[in-house]
Amino acid sequence: MLKTIQQLWQFRGGLHLEEHKDESTLLPISSIPLPKKLVLPLQQHLGQTAEAIVSKGDKVLKGQKIAEASGYVSVPLHAPTSGTVIDIDNYPIAHPSSMKSMCIVIESDGRDQWIEKHPVSNYESMTPEQLREHIFEAGIVGMGGAGFPSFIKLNPGEEKKVKTLILNGAECEPYITCDDMLMREQADNIITGARIMLRALQAEHCLIGIENNKPEAIAAIQKAASAFSDIEVVSVPTLYPTGGEKQLIKVLTGLEVPNQSFPSDIGIVCHNVATANAIYRAFILGEPSISRVLTVAGNNIETARNLEVLIGTPFSDVINVCGGLINKNASLVMGGPMMGFQIHSEQAPVIKTCNCILARDDNTSHEHHMPCIRCGQCAEVCPVNLLPQQLYWYAHARDFDKIQDYKLFDCIECGCCDYVCPSDIPLVQYYRFAKTEIWVQEQEKQKSDIARQRHEFRNSRLERDKRERAERHKKKLASSDKSDDKDKKQKVIQDALDRVKAKRDAQQANQNNDQ
Amino acid sequence: MLTAILSLAGLAIVFGLILGFAAVRFRVESDPIVDKIDALLPQTQCGQCTFPGCRPYAEAITKGEADINQCPPGGDNTILALADLLGVDPKPLNPENGEVKEEKTVVIIDENICIGCTLCIQACPVDAILGAAKQMHTVIEEECTGCNLCIPPCPVECIYIVPVKKTIQSWKWPDPDNTQVENGVAG
Repeated sequence: MLKTIQQLWQFRGGLHLEEHKDESTLLPISSIPLPKKLVLPLQQHLGQTAEAIVSKGDKVLKGQKIAEASGYVSVPLHAPTSGTVIDIDNYPIAHPSSMKSMCIVIESDGRDQWIEKHPVSNYESMTPEQLREHIFEAGIVGMGGAGFPSFIKLNPGEEKKVKTLILNGAECEPYITCDDMLMREQADNIITGARIMLRALQAEHCLIGIENNKPEAIAAIQKAASAFSDIEVVSVPTLYPTGGEKQLIKVLTGLEVPNQSFPSDIGIVCHNVATANAIYRAFILGEPSISRVLTVAGNNIETARNLEVLIGTPFSDVINVCGGLINKNASLVMGGPMMGFQIHSEQAPVIKTCNCILARDDNTSHEHHMPCIRCGQCAEVCPVNLLPQQLYWYAHARDFDKIQDYKLFDCIECGCCDYVCPSDIPLVQYYRFAKTEIWVQEQEKQKSDIARQRHEFRNSRLERDKRERAERHKKKLASSDKSDDKDKKQKVIQDALDRVKAKRDAQQANQNNDQ
Repeated sequence: MLTAILSLAGLAIVFGLILGFAAVRFRVESDPIVDKIDALLPQTQCGQCTFPGCRPYAEAITKGEADINQCPPGGDNTILALADLLGVDPKPLNPENGEVKEEKTVVIIDENICIGCTLCIQACPVDAILGAAKQMHTVIEEECTGCNLCIPPCPVECIYIVPVKKTIQSWKWPDPDNTQVENGVAG
């Protein structure tokens, strides 16, 4: 329903950035030719890696499950097209480390033949548990960026009552327009997805937040939502990073998510509009999460546009559809210019969380950064109320206790501080370095705790063995009479000597016979 | 005069009882500073500090018999953490105890050469080698601390040091300070 929300709030900080959004919204979303080879990393999202349930040489159909979830924070993976599994091995993936990771490689047979689909249109009669189960089976993760399994976010728990579902259509980062185009073209599907999510959460109403630089998307969503009184479309001011979960919640409701809490703790759950679309497809079309819409943009790409791409498509195939790179040595970024990271291999495949491939001249390198002059601009723009300068000093000094006191882990790595820094200090690099360093130190600590336990156990075992041996020895001594013992021993020795003698004699006799 | 002496004596007795009770009731089993030091040590149990394991070294530090710079596997991080805990100045690692390892390592057994003598099993401080007499031995890599104590006893030299496999889970973003020095480029 079309409503104007009574009041909007504002988070502290933020930036007005050059949008660069018009370039990629000229053409409608189109699909690309079926790639010959699809590479599917088993790790598509946060949490545990999925486990392959197919083996090399297996024939698979489009939509067939090829990897099973392992652990709670994990979802299954499905074949994006029909064909043959030609390899399960380490391949380059889209990861800042440029390391290889375990992937299932499918050679397409060109027929794109679906497995039997099971669409569900009567979701209104399903229980929230059944809805979540269906969403889990479809392998749906958050498509906005972090990729947290959606069924978990739709399961706030017994004691938490969720009042508000927020659909995030803010899409605040420059260049990225895939959510915008999706909202323009498939508004009805997104609204259906929102209705399913409302039911799974048993939430009262849904707010759809869209930045006011997307009038077409707002109009389309408003039209689609006009039939429902519990869905409100809200146009929010354009300010980076409004698309951050906690920032959008603040803008729409005025509530702040406390430190170390989840939005569900304050009765709110936030999902991306693309996730709503994936949920629509899982129910109404019976299709698991095997494709996504992504933006290809940047000044080094011939034609910037949005494409519907199968998961597992190599970046090079996607770029070729857009006319290829203008400068062959352009740096490729997965994600936007503010929060994305550089990809070193064009062969890396598209994963479920890949919303943008950005190819542009690298003008953001901090080649010669200068010392911090303590101007404080970074603190002014920080949308999380942190002190970026202090965090920088402590990361620089490797004081990882202190940096956590300054709430490093609340940093959303939006890059605002980086952007305004007059000394060109790569601040976010420092925070990312500190975060991963702390994680690895924690892993090492766990490992050393295990080593300590094992060492202590070994020591106690050795001591126990020693004690038991001593006791056995003592018992033996006590049980047998001493003189008796001596005789017995003598007898044993004598017997042995006799045996040896007899043997020797026999041998000699043999030898004599032989001669 | 007498009242003053009596009341003070009475107070002394009362507090004495309270303290005596507290000493029994809230008794701390082992010296907590040993635990704190032990928690900072890498638990490699390699003995390079000249003590038989990490805990004996922690006890020696507490008694003042050892310095804080004798743990090569812990390296500078451990020395800094110990200096911080004990309120002393950090100092460089004592070269007599060994050198800091560039990267973490574990050992592997060449199973074709192993004769099943169990000597390495007896040497391993964390029971990370599996095997029995005249049976093939193998290292549980997950549990190996990289102390290399199993290498000298091996009569057939079939134990090798290999670097720990790097995974995406244990990958770290590079330190911008270092990349600046190495490549002249950060980020």
